[in-house]
Amino acid sequence: MKKCIGLLVLVSALTACVTINIYFPAAAAERVADQIIDDVWQLKDDQTPKESAPAEPASPAPETK
Amino acid sequence: MRKIITSFIILVTLFSAGWANSAPDLDINTPALNALKASMQGRHGQLSPHYNSGAIGLTNDGMIAVRDATAVPLKDRQSINGLVAAENADRAALYKEIANANKHPEWEGGIRDSFAGRWIDKAQSGWWYQGAGGWAKK
Repeated sequence: MKKCIGLLVLVSALTACVTINIYFPAAAAERVADQIIDDVWQLKDDQTPKESAPAEPASPAPETK
Repeated sequence: MRKIITSFIILVTLFSAGWANSAPDLDINTPALNALKASMQGRHGQLSPHYNSGAIGLTNDGMIAVRDATAVPLKDRQSINGLVAAENADRAALYKEIANANKHPEWEGGIRDSFAGRWIDKAQSGWWYQGAGGWAKK
């Protein structure tokens, strides 16, 4: 049983390494592309309000901490 | 034998879990990236009439190119090549910088491909882009 757990830990550590090295986060890359393209081409009308608005929801968060 | 099968199943499960879960967001909040974004944003005002006229098109490798110089008003013909070159330099730097900022320089090509598809998807109708069979109008 102990051996089995040891093996499990080893295998999970190994796969974690392999996964990180060979994985290209295509979905994340697309999200980043969308974000940057929206900014550069100014496609989102709510971009400007969004930038000034965070002052409201963002400031209470640090205060509660 | 059983042990081997069990560990194989565990391995496969972990692998698939790894694929599914490891979709972290890419970091794009570096001074270099913000500067590139601002530079491209500033240039877009000059480029957009040329996208509209079809003088400039979006290439399938995430860049832009002059596709019909005759669509450019005479007074702008000198400047358009410089504009395109500057935009492409920024775009190349952008793809490289995103890869570097996330400590995976080898992702540059994948990032460029992702952008290439998204630029075209988000292009306004009437703009030109490079499809599988050459230039096409959206």
